[in-house]
Amino acid sequence: MIGIGCKPKAVPVIPVSTGKTIKVSIDPITRIEGHLKAEVKVQGGKVVDAKIYGGMFRGFENILKGRDPRDATQITQRICGVCPTAHATASSLALDDAFGITLTPNGRLTRNLILGANYLQSHILHFYHLAALDYVNGPDVAPFIPRYKKNDIRVDKEVNDVSVNDYLEALEIRRICHEMVSLLGGKMPHVQGIVVGGTTEIPSKEKLFAYSERFKTVRKFIEKKYLSLVYLLAEFYENLFICGSGYKNCISFGVFPLNSKGHTLLKSGAYTNGRDSKFTPSKIKEHVKHSFFADSTTGLNPKKGKTIPAPEKKTGYSFIKAPRYKDKPHETGPLARMWVTNPELSKTGQKTLGIKKMRDIGDAAFSILGRHIARAEETLLVAKAIEEWINQAEPGVETFVPGKVPESSEGLGLTEAPRGSLLHYVDIKNSVISNYQITSATIWNTSPRDDMGQRGPMEEALLGVPVPDPENPVNVGRLIRSFDP
Amino acid sequence: MKEKQKLLNKQIKSSISRRTFLKAFSGTIAGIGISQMFNPALVAALKKGLENHPVLWIQGQSCTGCSVSLLNSVNPDIKQILINIISLQFHPTLMTSEGETALKNLYKIAEEYKGKFSLVVEGAIPMASNGKYCICGELDHKEITMLDMTKDLGEKAGSVLAVGTCAAYGGIPAARGNETGAAGVNTVFKISGIKTPVVNIPGCPPHPDWIVGSLAHLLTIGLPEVDGNGRPILFFGENIHENCPYLEYFEKDIYSKKFTDKKGCRMELGCSGPDTSADCFKRKWNNNMNWCVENAICIGCVEPGFPDESSPFYQSK
Repeated sequence: MIGIGCKPKAVPVIPVSTGKTIKVSIDPITRIEGHLKAEVKVQGGKVVDAKIYGGMFRGFENILKGRDPRDATQITQRICGVCPTAHATASSLALDDAFGITLTPNGRLTRNLILGANYLQSHILHFYHLAALDYVNGPDVAPFIPRYKKNDIRVDKEVNDVSVNDYLEALEIRRICHEMVSLLGGKMPHVQGIVVGGTTEIPSKEKLFAYSERFKTVRKFIEKKYLSLVYLLAEFYENLFICGSGYKNCISFGVFPLNSKGHTLLKSGAYTNGRDSKFTPSKIKEHVKHSFFADSTTGLNPKKGKTIPAPEKKTGYSFIKAPRYKDKPHETGPLARMWVTNPELSKTGQKTLGIKKMRDIGDAAFSILGRHIARAEETLLVAKAIEEWINQAEPGVETFVPGKVPESSEGLGLTEAPRGSLLHYVDIKNSVISNYQITSATIWNTSPRDDMGQRGPMEEALLGVPVPDPENPVNVGRLIRSFDP
Repeated sequence: MKEKQKLLNKQIKSSISRRTFLKAFSGTIAGIGISQMFNPALVAALKKGLENHPVLWIQGQSCTGCSVSLLNSVNPDIKQILINIISLQFHPTLMTSEGETALKNLYKIAEEYKGKFSLVVEGAIPMASNGKYCICGELDHKEITMLDMTKDLGEKAGSVLAVGTCAAYGGIPAARGNETGAAGVNTVFKISGIKTPVVNIPGCPPHPDWIVGSLAHLLTIGLPEVDGNGRPILFFGENIHENCPYLEYFEKDIYSKKFTDKKGCRMELGCSGPDTSADCFKRKWNNNMNWCVENAICIGCVEPGFPDESSPFYQSK
């Protein structure tokens, strides 16, 4: 049905005089988590240059200094209220490493059940409540109005109505996902349940049953509604398959451990200049030439990382550092994970696209729609795994291994947040945190130019995006939100 | 302050008496949410009050967790809240509009409903470096910082809800080691001489019932009664430890030695329940699924000193 790689259908284009460059600024970019501004240069109806500005700094890394290392799991969750469980996971992994703790199988499974339920929540929230309003019209009341005057909504009334209904239903579904998180994690957002050594609550039969009952509702929604709607919308916006490719470099740290040997559901790996390789954390460097951080801290691996803000720096334009892998910008998130893992697609996906596996999508995967499809497919993949973990988790069996705060140690925690690769590093001296570094998911994608002048992945992906009408730059927002920043 | 409250009460004519309201919101049954108590007459009154009372929700140094918590409201659920109850004219995470369209609308509504609209602030406000640590948007090619926005809109608002511990007291962005001069709404207002009444709804994040309940109170009968820390007594009037279902263990000197050992008081694990006032013990979280002490410990997230006063979280206080 969808002609991948084929020429798109003609889209109504308002002619723009070629040759003249127009600067378009969007600030704030809304329906994201945080503060972001986009500035694009448009020539001949297309983006020819782009800058992404990160407008907020809180200084978590410095706030953590001198504290009991175990506090990191609570404090770092407050980086993101949409994916706190990912930060809880990364910090606990870093602390498990520093404390020398190996989890019990039930500890690993309950962590997966907590993180997994929030993956479902985050992806559903992103598609319906953050991204969908780029493709369908909401009801004619605030906060769904005002909109762009010409917002390029191409769906017919019937599809629009279905989408709005699903938007409303998805509000309930994502809330139910949080009930699943809360059953084992204590509350959500910001769980108590994930700690160094495992989880704090041994699942009872009743709680696992309550989790499983809720899961059934969510799983049904993902398969019947979410996936179908993504593929349905794709038909109306076919040309969004061929724009927004960016560098086509991917990175994934791997997430959801399946055993104690480091095998993960979504695999760890890198894909650089068309070649696959093993992911090696030591090859990450964070550049700050164009970020509001002291130049003396540039080019460091997170293990040596420093956080010295410099808000007045002349060459800076963003509070986001520029992490690079093997000196190259890499995209992270569902598309990167699915590309690295290359699983079979859902039945809906296989039927609609006429292909079998993720990589069969080819270059079209690196596009606005490709990112939405990867996210929806990943949601089902994680849901299928949750089904198994529910059966594997043992009621009444220990989930926690006690440990002692070491006098001196270090630890690295690598995981994947719903929106991308997440690294926490902790250095402990005198039993308190002497250095803590966080390379969070979104900074990979939204990073500014690095010391070599290479654009960040999102900046690069904006190149070529059609902006036929600079007064209504809808595709810029569409591209940015496809990354789920 | 009193006069302002009177004015607000006058502005919103409601058929709901204070007594009915309190009865509706301060149920004593364990685990009760607004859900089971929400009075249809109150919903009707809210709908009526709406037309003249838009809500503008802005975000500073936040994690969006307070907004996500609002989405977890059960009854009224968020569909009802968005479509029937609150006229949410500006919300960075939920609204369709972006860029200048969004900001122009924000300032237009604030001007049109001057003295009438409620401003919700989520996240701390960084005051160092002229507010540059948090940029909220651009208007007429000029950067608008969270500090500018809080002052401009705060002055025009009829009332302010500081939602979450960051907006109320500074929270984690204002913790020891912070370099951004992060502060809560009251601090910013004090420095800038803004007199608009502020209700603090702390929590990291706050329970959705605390947010919706306080908003509903404001829209129907005016500002709720608050404690010395500016929090509605309705939700923050009781001590967690004194009302804890595990209090009998404490009285018998039985203490949990590790997280997964649930047959004991959690005090030796670092529980901050004794220093914390909130109704989590009976309201519970996420549609009555669980709460912090049942799962692990309380870290005192609704208190003005959070996180520094309860950190280290996992050491006996």
